[in-house]
This record gives sequence, C-alpha cells and structure tokens, in this order.
Amino acid sequence: MYRYDEFDAAFVRQRVAQFRDQVDRRLSGALTEDEFKPLRLMNGVYLQIHSYMLRIAIPYGTLSSRQLRKLAYIARRYDRGYGHFTTRTNLQFHWPALKDVPDILEELAQVEMHAIQTSGNCIRNTTADHFAGAAADEVADPRPYAEIIRQWSSLHPEFSFLPRKFKVAVIASETDRAAMQWHDIGLHLRRLADGTLGFDVYVGGGMGRTPLLAKKIRDALPEQHLLSYLEAILRIYNLYGRRDNRWKARIKILVHEIGAEAFTAQVEREWADIRDGALTLPEAEIARINAYFAPPRFDAAPAKVTLRPADRAFDRWVSRNTHPHKQPAYAIVTISLKSIGAVPGDASAAQMEAVADLAERYSFDEVRVSHEQNLVLPHVRKSDLWEVYRSLLAIGLAEANAGLATDIIACPGLDYCSLANARSIPIAQRISERLAARQDEIGELKIKISGCINACGHHHAGHIGILGVEKRGEEHYQLLLGGSGAEDAAAATITGPGFGPDGIVDAVEKVVDTYLRLRASPGERFLSAYGRLGPAPFKEALYAAAA
Amino acid sequence: MPPPPDMATHPAAPRVAAGEADSGSPLWQDGAFRADPWRRVADDMPLPDAPVILSKARWLKERASLSERRAPLGLQLKAGEAIEDIAGDLARFSLIALDFPKFSDGRSFSIARLLREKHGFAGELRATGNVLTDPIPFMRRVGFDSFEVTHAPTRAALAAGRIREVTLHYQPIGGTRLADGARPWLRHSRP
Repeated sequence: MYRYDEFDAAFVRQRVAQFRDQVDRRLSGALTEDEFKPLRLMNGVYLQIHSYMLRIAIPYGTLSSRQLRKLAYIARRYDRGYGHFTTRTNLQFHWPALKDVPDILEELAQVEMHAIQTSGNCIRNTTADHFAGAAADEVADPRPYAEIIRQWSSLHPEFSFLPRKFKVAVIASETDRAAMQWHDIGLHLRRLADGTLGFDVYVGGGMGRTPLLAKKIRDALPEQHLLSYLEAILRIYNLYGRRDNRWKARIKILVHEIGAEAFTAQVEREWADIRDGALTLPEAEIARINAYFAPPRFDAAPAKVTLRPADRAFDRWVSRNTHPHKQPAYAIVTISLKSIGAVPGDASAAQMEAVADLAERYSFDEVRVSHEQNLVLPHVRKSDLWEVYRSLLAIGLAEANAGLATDIIACPGLDYCSLANARSIPIAQRISERLAARQDEIGELKIKISGCINACGHHHAGHIGILGVEKRGEEHYQLLLGGSGAEDAAAATITGPGFGPDGIVDAVEKVVDTYLRLRASPGERFLSAYGRLGPAPFKEALYAAAA
Repeated sequence: MPPPPDMATHPAAPRVAAGEADSGSPLWQDGAFRADPWRRVADDMPLPDAPVILSKARWLKERASLSERRAPLGLQLKAGEAIEDIAGDLARFSLIALDFPKFSDGRSFSIARLLREKHGFAGELRATGNVLTDPIPFMRRVGFDSFEVTHAPTRAALAAGRIREVTLHYQPIGGTRLADGARPWLRHSRP
C-alpha cells in the first residue's frame, strides 16, 4: 500500500489547517453560506436534508486495517455509529456537526487519509479495479498509476474550477470491474507488443441526464506520458467545456458536440506542446510508486485439504463471493454489504472493526471498497476461507450474493440527499426481500437504483436500472433494462411509463419472471437473454395486462 | 492565422513600475494595495499618452495604428477569449489582465499558464473580476502577479496577511524545476 512520506503528511496537515480557518470564518459569520459552499465542497462537506455530510476519499478503494479502524472510531465518536460506502469507493458520514469536521479531518490525517476533492468541480477521487494486485487476469497493478494521478490532481491550481466534476478510473484487465467507460477519463492499462506498458485512453463517459459511454481517443499511450496527456485533455476541457448550462457541462457533452475526432485533434495538438515537458514520468518515479504496491509475501505452498463439517451455506458463499487470485493458493473474498433487507453500502462501526481484524489476520492488512458498495479482502489463503466465513457470519456480513439480484447498488436517495427526488434505500430493501429466495436460480443480475437524475446509483449501467423521479409531488420510479458497467458497457433504456413505490417492486419481479420463463438455459444470464430477446417480451409483461 | 513575422519578433515590452502604496486602491501587488498606474479606456474613446488597458476587439481593429504608440499597452481578455490569433502580438503588451467573471469560472487559469509557459509572456499578469481569498494562491501559482480585489473580506485578509494556503505542491508548474534528488519528482515547494 502507498504510505505517506513527510511531504504528503505536511500537505494534508496544511490543508486541514486551511479548512479549519474556513470553518471558523463560516461559524463566526465572516463567510456567508454562499461564500462557504465552494470551499466546503472542495473538502468533501455537503449540506444535506438533515445535516452536513462528510465524504472521505478512499483512493482507488484501498484501505489498511488501521485506516478502517479509524473510520469506525469516527463513526462512533462523531456520527451515529455507521458509515455509507459509495459507488466512488468513498465513505460518507451523514450526521457530523460542522464544528467537528476539522477535528475529523485531523483524525483522518493521522492515518494518511483526507476528504480533498471528494466533491466540487474538480478532479475527484480516482478509482481502480477493486481486485487490483490480486486478480488473476490483470497485466499489472493499476493502483500505482491511480496514486500518481491522485498526487498530480491534488489541489491542481489550473483544474480546481472546471466546468463540472471530473472522474478518472484505471483498470488493467480485459474484464472491467471499475465501470471504466462510464468515466470522464477511463484508462485501460495494457501490455504492448514490445513488452512495455501503455494506456488505451477513453474520454467522455458519464451518467446523469445524458448517459454516454467514453470513446477511445488513443491507443497504447506510453506510461511516461500519462500525466502530460491527462493535462492536455483537462486543459481542452477547462477552456472549451460548456459553462452556460450545468446539465451540459461535463466533458461528455463537449466530446459529443464537437465529435470525438475533433476533440482528439485538439488534445493531440495541445499535447504536442507539452508532451516532453516537466510532466514526463521518469522511470525511477514510476518504480518508486510501484514499490509501495509490491505484492505481499504470499505463501506459495498449495492449500492443505482439511476436513470440515459439510456446510452448504459455506459452499454457496465460496462459489458466489470468492474470485480467482493470481496465486493459486489464495482467493479474493467479497464481503457483501447487501444483507437481505439491509441498506446497501452501510456498515456499522462494529462491522468495520471486525473486517479490519479479518484483514489484519487473513489478508495482509488490506481491505478494498468496490464501486458496487461492497468490501473486499484481496488476499485470503484458501485454507483460511472457513475461518473468514465463520467470522463474517458472526457480524452479519456473510451474505452469499455477490453479483446476484440482491447485491443492489443504491444511492442514499431522499432519505438523506437534498438533490434526490425519491427514496432509493427502501426500494432496494424491498426488492432484496422479494427476490432473496430465488436469487441463486436467477443468477447474475445487477440492479442499480438512483434517487434522481444525477445517477449516483448508476441506474444507466444496471441490467435492471431504477430511476426515482417526482411526479405531481409523489415518488415515482422509471424502469430501465439492458445496461452494463462492465467491459460490455451499455446504457439501459427506459421500458415505458413509470411506477409508484409499490408498483416498481412488482415490475422488477415481472421482468425477472419473464427472463426465467424465456431464457435459453439456466446458464444464459439476464443481460445476454435481454440482448437476444430485445425489450418486447418484457414490455409485454409489464404493460399488456394494464392496457 | 499566423501572426505577421515582424510582430512575432518584436522585443518584449518592459513592465510598468508598481505604484505607491494606497490602502484604498483595488490593486494588490508586491504585498500591498497600490495606486494603479494603468487606466482602462472604452473602445470608442481616444487614448491618453499613458499606460492604458485595451480590449482585444480594439487591439485587433486598431493594431496598425497602435503599433506606432510609445506609451505602454495593456490587454484585457474576457474569460475564454482566444489568444492564438494574437500570439505574435503578446510581446507588445506590458500587462495582460484575465477576467474571472464568476468564482467558479476557471478558464483564466488555463489561459494564464498558456501565456506564461507556451508563449513566454513575461509582463504583468493581472487577475480581475471575482478575485477571492481562496483561489488567490492558485492564481499566483499559474503566473498571476497582480490582483484587482473589491471583495471586502478578501481585501481584509490580504491586508492582514491572513491568507492560509497549502505551500506544498504536487504539480510542476511554470517550468520551475528543482535539483534532481532534492525532492520526489512530482513535488515542488514554493521557494
């Protein structure tokens, strides 16, 4: 894992002192809320329905046990005993007092964490494959590059007042576990023909009101040019991105309006001026950052076959919630934060502490946060799986549903968020309860719920997406089908008229029933069946009876 | 359109000396509020024989006759106004002012870097419009060296030396480079 050196530590301390001054000015009345707003946003502080919300950055979703314990401590000491993991692999506290936020940030600084740029129109927390450094199918660990981007983008003087927020994701496998093409910039690290590493660069993805997938604008960018190329893209966006309309201000609209080819030409022209300048990454620097992410000392001995009691629940959990590791004696464990009927992404302080203990004992002190709002133990010896499972069972986190219909992404919605039009959490809870008994039969199915058009719940990328809207003062839900956030990325399309809070749960069940009835075989997953069948039979099931 | 070659090779115009300290002036420069030696003149008014700041429109229209002028010239650019078409003229200006029409409009940060780093503009670079406490450190880093400040709390903070900033930087800006090995590569501390 990356460790702060003196420079990083001093940087974060100065930032905390700066924010403490800003909060003091706000509390004394020297700053109006309007003047304070852009300042607090750049430090991750939102004003929500009931209180301020603090969003803490978890760079590329990687946490140490010590950091997770600190988050648990903050949850208890300053919040209501729990936190909410988000689709940007961050953690949100929904109930802090503004006067406490500088103290919370100081606590975070002690464990090399911060809340810098978790909101505002700047470069946000850079995400990566949550199986990075462990996945059997990666060409290299993408996190060192995400860390380089984190450093370069921190308080960037040119890019702190962009037209709109800006999100970057990095992957290094053909399987996309980070929704790379849904980002403003998606970077796909690949092994090039000459054995060196380079990036395929995608630009202009985003959800919100206008869902668009990022377009590839460059093949095989040599790694030393990573930052100069990003700077060229950001500069073109900062200069020419639309500022007249908040809903058209993301880079996706610029790329869409002038066309990917013209946009690429502008970037290449800008890059030609700066490509061999001060941002060129020296090999030694790449190696220095990579060294922090060196693989742990895996025990290469094959897993011992040990006898254990027959336990079908454990077998189910192993088959659903573990993933192949690059070391054959190890597995990657997904800890579902989606127990049946629970709030997706929420974890209590006690659960965080227990997971921290497990990471320390069984996973080389590492925990990951996935954009699907789950936690991951990246390096668990297969012979330890039984112990890990038993421990998770004791804290209510052993749900064997990774990738299944009850592993639902949901934003906080109208229960917390002042932007929301409708609640997301209760819909997720009721769908989870409704489909729980059949989830193994249904197989892979990604349901994603947003409480408003901003799409924090990734509804555009859902196999089944749900969008909360307001209709004549009532909560109302649109249903979308056929989206994907994986390597087959696609935007889901709306089925037709929306549903009320009860109707939407029934509608999801009708879609599922239709799929089960029409799938070619139990092995044909929902998304494949939908691709083959098209929307017609699903619309028929949803709307024909009512007509 | 490429600039005329004689323009491109014009020697850089000298800076205009900063004015006397004047606590009532909006201009913050060299650590004090100072009288502003520059005047802004509307596009249709005659130019006095003193340092004046012109719009880009007027410069483009009167470029030929203005080239004869001896008193210093300044240029005011609106946020987002292009500089490519006057790249060859930039050396004629002793001052370029870039506007921040809203706190959230960051285009002038990019223009400032292009002026300093790509076009080598060495004259006074002035921030106008919404110049507030918290972006001022960013403005300095991309090359601004004077600020027109009307926001009362920001004026008070500047006068009291009470602008808290982060003095450690992760980005090389403006071509400044430290000696090899003095620091990890990405990082630059303000001298």
